[in-house]
Amino acid sequence: MSSLDDYKGQTPAWCPGCGNFSILKTFKDAMVEMGIEPHKFAIVSGIGQAGKFPHYVRCNTFNGLHGRTLPVATAIRLANHDMLTIAVAGDGDCYGEGGNHLMHAMRRNISVKLFVHDNQIYGLTKGQASPTSMEGMVTKNQPFGVFSEQLNPMALAVALDCSLAARGFAGDIEHLKGLIKQAVNHKGFTLVDILQPCVTFNKINTYEWYRQRVYRIEPDYDPENRAAAFNKALEWGDRIPIGIIYKNNRPTFEERIPVIKEAPLVKQPFDPKKIENTLKEFY
Amino acid sequence: MDYSIKIGGEAGQGIQTIGDTLARVFSRSGYHVFTHQDYESRIRGGHNFFQIRFSDKPVSASRNKIDIIVALDKESILQHEEELSDIGQIIYDSKTLNSQPSTQNSVDIPFVNLAIEHGGSKIMANTVATGAVLGMLGMELDILLAIIKDTFKKKGEEVIRANVNAAMAGHDHAVKQCMKCSFSAAPPSKPKMLIPGIEAIGLGAIASGCKFYAAYPMTPSTGIMNYIAGKEKEYGIIVEQAEDEIAAINMALGASFAGVRAMTGSSGGGFALMVEGISLAGMTEIPVVIALGQRPGPATGFPTRTEQADLNFALYTSHGEFPRIIFAPGTPEQAFYLTNKAFELSEKYQIPSIIIFDTYLSDSEWTYEGFDLSRIKYNDYRLRGEVFANLPVYKRFAFTQTGVSPLGVPGEARHLVVIDSDEHDEDGHIVEDAETRIKMVNKRLFKKLPLIKKEIEPPSIYGHSNPEIIIAGWGSTYGVMKEAADELSANLDIAMLHFSEIYPFPPVNKFNYIKTLEDTKMTICVENNATGQFARLMRAETGYAFNRSINRFDGRPFTVESLIGEINVLIR
Repeated sequence: MSSLDDYKGQTPAWCPGCGNFSILKTFKDAMVEMGIEPHKFAIVSGIGQAGKFPHYVRCNTFNGLHGRTLPVATAIRLANHDMLTIAVAGDGDCYGEGGNHLMHAMRRNISVKLFVHDNQIYGLTKGQASPTSMEGMVTKNQPFGVFSEQLNPMALAVALDCSLAARGFAGDIEHLKGLIKQAVNHKGFTLVDILQPCVTFNKINTYEWYRQRVYRIEPDYDPENRAAAFNKALEWGDRIPIGIIYKNNRPTFEERIPVIKEAPLVKQPFDPKKIENTLKEFY
Repeated sequence: MDYSIKIGGEAGQGIQTIGDTLARVFSRSGYHVFTHQDYESRIRGGHNFFQIRFSDKPVSASRNKIDIIVALDKESILQHEEELSDIGQIIYDSKTLNSQPSTQNSVDIPFVNLAIEHGGSKIMANTVATGAVLGMLGMELDILLAIIKDTFKKKGEEVIRANVNAAMAGHDHAVKQCMKCSFSAAPPSKPKMLIPGIEAIGLGAIASGCKFYAAYPMTPSTGIMNYIAGKEKEYGIIVEQAEDEIAAINMALGASFAGVRAMTGSSGGGFALMVEGISLAGMTEIPVVIALGQRPGPATGFPTRTEQADLNFALYTSHGEFPRIIFAPGTPEQAFYLTNKAFELSEKYQIPSIIIFDTYLSDSEWTYEGFDLSRIKYNDYRLRGEVFANLPVYKRFAFTQTGVSPLGVPGEARHLVVIDSDEHDEDGHIVEDAETRIKMVNKRLFKKLPLIKKEIEPPSIYGHSNPEIIIAGWGSTYGVMKEAADELSANLDIAMLHFSEIYPFPPVNKFNYIKTLEDTKMTICVENNATGQFARLMRAETGYAFNRSINRFDGRPFTVESLIGEINVLIR
């Protein structure tokens, strides 16, 4: 059995009070409870405050480029589908720079567990609007306020038939832990958008602001009803639902690839002698 | 015997089918074959051609004079009639062309009518034409018939019989009608292998144990993906068509991190999107092979034509400083072995390797007696299983004598594999301090570089041993330069110097090519680009400046005749 100490990574360089701390703690708790040892999983991250996450966990780590977590995570799964592969990204990282990859990861239904630390602002570059910033938010770069409509990751996920789409809140860690576990145990691509206040730069979407609005989705809600899920996904404003918005049981990308039916790619030996036969095809 | 055949027509008319089939008949007959293609960026219409040269002696380029033109459209006659050799003939179907060549040296063969009459459908007109060419050459049909049987095996006996009849009808018709044909093909000998450059790269990757290929389609690199995808099941390879080239390179890196050999490929525009990913490979020391197929730029340029103008781009691509390898094969054979060497060195030194080629090499087919598989290297440099598990401590970026750190496969042991695009410590975690930075740059750049340099082979020299003139070049100009040197050697002391291992720039200890160049009266650098990128690299790396240069940048490859013409101007 693993204990919390097994996951003790580097000392976080986040601002005091950052919502990321509770996500980190909750994530480790969930891993301990599920008994997934550090070498059994990999976290892929990009750039941004969320990008530092795997350094603070102790696990196989690929801290790559801004926006490119999902292609890397996708390929890790294709090369070794025995490896639990988690992608951690920020809202700018995933919904801005890496938007195209998100769309296609959902389409493929690769079994990557994506956690987006969504603070509705750019933290690392000091306070510019992100794709999930609310219309009208004034920043140094958006002096007249944000004109573009706020991106709705949940509606996007339902539209693309994402295998599991959920919203969590860094201020409700018991609930978040449950979501993390469900995501890890779900077969297929999962998006968990985690509302996470940026205490330094986002003066609108504060802990207080979220606390007044978020509510746990009713137990009798059926996340497998896609049309109802779309309605639920559109809820934002006075009331913000947290929990599993949508899920389905689509076959995963990995299970559809004949080449890796028997064993993960990384476990398959290579026999250079086979080339002799292939050469004959050129005669 | 040295004949050239040109099949011309609109896209979609089947020039490729006729060309491929004839080239295969010739290679199976034991002849030396060279083919190249010229096509527009469209799926239907336009004017395209497929040119085949075959001989009982080695050939490595196309020639200007054509012995048989198979004209499937009017343009084939208008544009190429003048290229006919003294004994040359045009074959065409006057019914479909609604026109006739002005030359007497032409044979009207009713491809369509014969196809309907003997094959039962006009679809078989191309089979008629193929049979007709062989009839004109005085060749037997047995090899063609065997190819037809192979090709249509899945379509059933009926289709095979129809095509066989169509081929025979074309053959008989040509034998009877081509009274002026004075061709005589050499007797067949042991079959040769026929391979285009692009498949040689794909084959080289497979032979190197490549397990993962991710790419976005782009001419002229798509053929690698097509070829490897056809071998997925047999070799246990995953080919993933990425959503864009940024995804493609990042996927290749993810797969390589996870423990399998990985590759990606594109052309200039797609390669441009990979630039940040290549830098990531440099920082994280992840082995990866990238195929860069050049076509004329800037931007979309000539999508289906050829140029050698991305050498600078490959050399200087990506931010930051890190070692890289650049190979530029000149032939399909070199493409096969160099792709293997790229994998070997990428894995050994944990660096990106770039195989730079172009449309001309991609599409050109060459014949060989065979490839020597004993020259293929396959060493697994990664730490797996017990070996990995038994290490007392593991640091992905441990400082070592060679700068090469242990490359562990995540999940194979309790050790963790941590990599970061930030500057990092030996464990792979983010650092900010200057001291570690200096040590890391020393490790991944300065320590590895001299070792990589030692692996690089010098250029090859061909021709006169004490030349007065050297023509030098890199990549796909190999065949044309070789034939030009051969032809000019009757009157000149000429040699060819060809570079296929470009970077790190080949050292002179194995062959002092700089001294050879300095001892030569006139040295000419031949490049399929406007600015002489290789000549500049040579000067930057060695201080040596070529006396002259010949550059072609019209999107077309050099031909032997055009190159000889330009050399003659320079030496006059």
